[in-house]
Amino acid sequence: MSAITSELNFFQVKKGIFSWLFTLDHKRIGLMYLYAILSFFLIGVVLGLLMRLELIAPGETIMKPKTYNQVFTLHGVIMIFLFIIPSIPAIFGNFFLPIMLGTDDVAFPKLNLLSWYLYVGGAIFALMTLVVGDGPADTGWTFYAPYSVQTGTNVTLAVLAAFILGFSSILTGLNFIVTIHRLRAPGMGWFEMPLFSWALYATSWIQLLATPVVGITLLMVIAERVFGVGLFDPSIGGDPILYQHLFWIYSHPAVYIMALPAMGIISEMIPTFANRTIFGYKAIAYSGMAIAFVGYFVWGHHMFTSGMSGSARIVFSIMTFLVAIPTAIKVFNWVATLYKGSIDLQPPLLYALAFIFQFLIGGLTGLVVGALAADVHLHDTYFVVGHFHYVMFGGTGFAFFGALHYWFPKIWGKMYNIKRAKIAFSFFFVGFNMLYFPMLILGLMGMPRRYYDYLPEFTNLNVISTVGSWVLAIGLIMMLWNLIQGWRNGTKAGRNPWGGITLEWQTKSPPPLENFDKMPVLNEGGPYNFKTK
Amino acid sequence: MTHLVLPNSGHNRDPEANKMGMWLFLFTEILLFGGLFIVYFVYRSINSDAFLHASYQLNVTIGTINTIILITSSMTVAMSITALQKGNLKLSLILLWITQIFALAFLVNKYFEWGAKIDHGIFPGMAHYAEMASGEKLYFFLYFFMTGLHAVHIIIGGIFIAVVMKKMKEGKVTSERISLLENSGLYWHLVDLIWIYLFPLFYLIH
Repeated sequence: MSAITSELNFFQVKKGIFSWLFTLDHKRIGLMYLYAILSFFLIGVVLGLLMRLELIAPGETIMKPKTYNQVFTLHGVIMIFLFIIPSIPAIFGNFFLPIMLGTDDVAFPKLNLLSWYLYVGGAIFALMTLVVGDGPADTGWTFYAPYSVQTGTNVTLAVLAAFILGFSSILTGLNFIVTIHRLRAPGMGWFEMPLFSWALYATSWIQLLATPVVGITLLMVIAERVFGVGLFDPSIGGDPILYQHLFWIYSHPAVYIMALPAMGIISEMIPTFANRTIFGYKAIAYSGMAIAFVGYFVWGHHMFTSGMSGSARIVFSIMTFLVAIPTAIKVFNWVATLYKGSIDLQPPLLYALAFIFQFLIGGLTGLVVGALAADVHLHDTYFVVGHFHYVMFGGTGFAFFGALHYWFPKIWGKMYNIKRAKIAFSFFFVGFNMLYFPMLILGLMGMPRRYYDYLPEFTNLNVISTVGSWVLAIGLIMMLWNLIQGWRNGTKAGRNPWGGITLEWQTKSPPPLENFDKMPVLNEGGPYNFKTK
Repeated sequence: MTHLVLPNSGHNRDPEANKMGMWLFLFTEILLFGGLFIVYFVYRSINSDAFLHASYQLNVTIGTINTIILITSSMTVAMSITALQKGNLKLSLILLWITQIFALAFLVNKYFEWGAKIDHGIFPGMAHYAEMASGEKLYFFLYFFMTGLHAVHIIIGGIFIAVVMKKMKEGKVTSERISLLENSGLYWHLVDLIWIYLFPLFYLIH
């Protein structure tokens, strides 16, 4: 039996649905995450398109206010908890972390499968809110008290879903930390790891240490709804600000759970396509850890207008500005890597460049809302919505699709049509900026967020934004169609179509079950030393 | 052609990795309770008189007995690990049985304690509870929530130890492959540690 295993790739070793559902192979688990997460992403996209359609004209267009509230809440819950938080770590981290470290699996394969089942369980709870009782929650994805403990919609189920998904995320983080500590290839020191592993390492610590706090907070929301004890509801003696603190103690670091893995992916793609050693390896590695660390102490910037002492606000504002430093270090290093590189403008690099451009806008607008005086005006306007989507979608989302294009030939062993991928990218890129840039301007003009309606003077920009959402959707469909075509009848990709030098490019595409068909050889002089190639 | 076996395979037995994983999991448990400790701290500093008054209704004697029970059970787990390390399977199992009995005794005490409160209508949603001042309500809510969550952990810890005992009998956990027993011990110590904080916070307020 073992005579042939290395000849077959991990798709071929075993067949049938149960060989997937009970698999302990990190690659298959990664792909099961991919299929689940992409499905929920598409649901989230449809909800987003519906919201934009409602906002194409003032007044009621296609839905009532309550429906709109439910749609944006479900959009947020799906996109945050079911898409962005798990996306890169659970899919590409699961698939590529062990390969990049030169090992054959994560440290705890059974735990890995358990976290996938927790994810699916949580997702089912989140979708059940659609059909049970009084419909999905209408509180926004933040579940702010006291409204979340008073509304009749399905907050309890939605909160329970977030709680379960949190535990899935914790177990993935735990698995990755131990994997990185214990399973690196012989001779691979901490600073010979690929930067994607560093990014996942920083992310995993946040997942591990921040998620339990929101877990227990969400349980308290459920208790408050069931027993009405007055934890967060001021009408019975509770303190809603306390809820906000507890919520953001997790949910701000969670923003870095979403952003850091994306930065790791950019750090992989840029040296490959610039064909050049990464500039400032250690600076990138350390700055990721710095972002994770400082990210714990900035949660208060979500609450500048909800009642906090002046000195606390100043401290939180200063800490927020500090986060910009390690982030800027990374951007500087990426750009410096491109400088004098021999750049090969393939689709993944296009996504990486779009990431840098859009993340820059997202990051700088973040400083604007992180400044006390500006935030008082911009809080709860579309400026915040624009900022958030520039960071999360323009940043992490683009990195995610870049990674999909980057590792597609490795995962499926086939290549998609490069030209079509570039065309799809241009639609995606133009649509994205058309959709979200007007929001920044609308916010500055004073349009508040979370309403199904607006004043007539905001109409023009809203129309541009909605049309942008259609362009974006066309780009997305083109991209997915192109990838599916590549998967069905693309040309064979070979081991190393991009000329990358991290370990995943040494093995076959798709990799065999045990990841390597010959001993992985570490690159001399660091993981990105292209001179030895 | 046989398939490639990597020296750093994820399928190797790695006691260090198991222990590290357990410690990381314990961090998450501490932070889970940490959120509750923050809430306790905030509401106690706002309602310090009500918390003091409400705490008089708890039975310090039963609480003390339970504290002694848990600390002793932590000791028997530690002894059982040492016994297995020295190769004495029988003694190790006996000590784990004693731990389980202590765990059960703790839960029985807890049952009578909770039962007495509920008999008096002190439980969220009951008559007496509804008449209390908001600070006392919060105290009793946190009391039930935190000791309840702790009791859930006792039950999980007991099941964990029972699984380990079964594996010890089957010869799957031995002095050479002891990390599962050590991990169950670590978990039990955590459960004990959390109680050591819960006890003064609820029973010994002055």
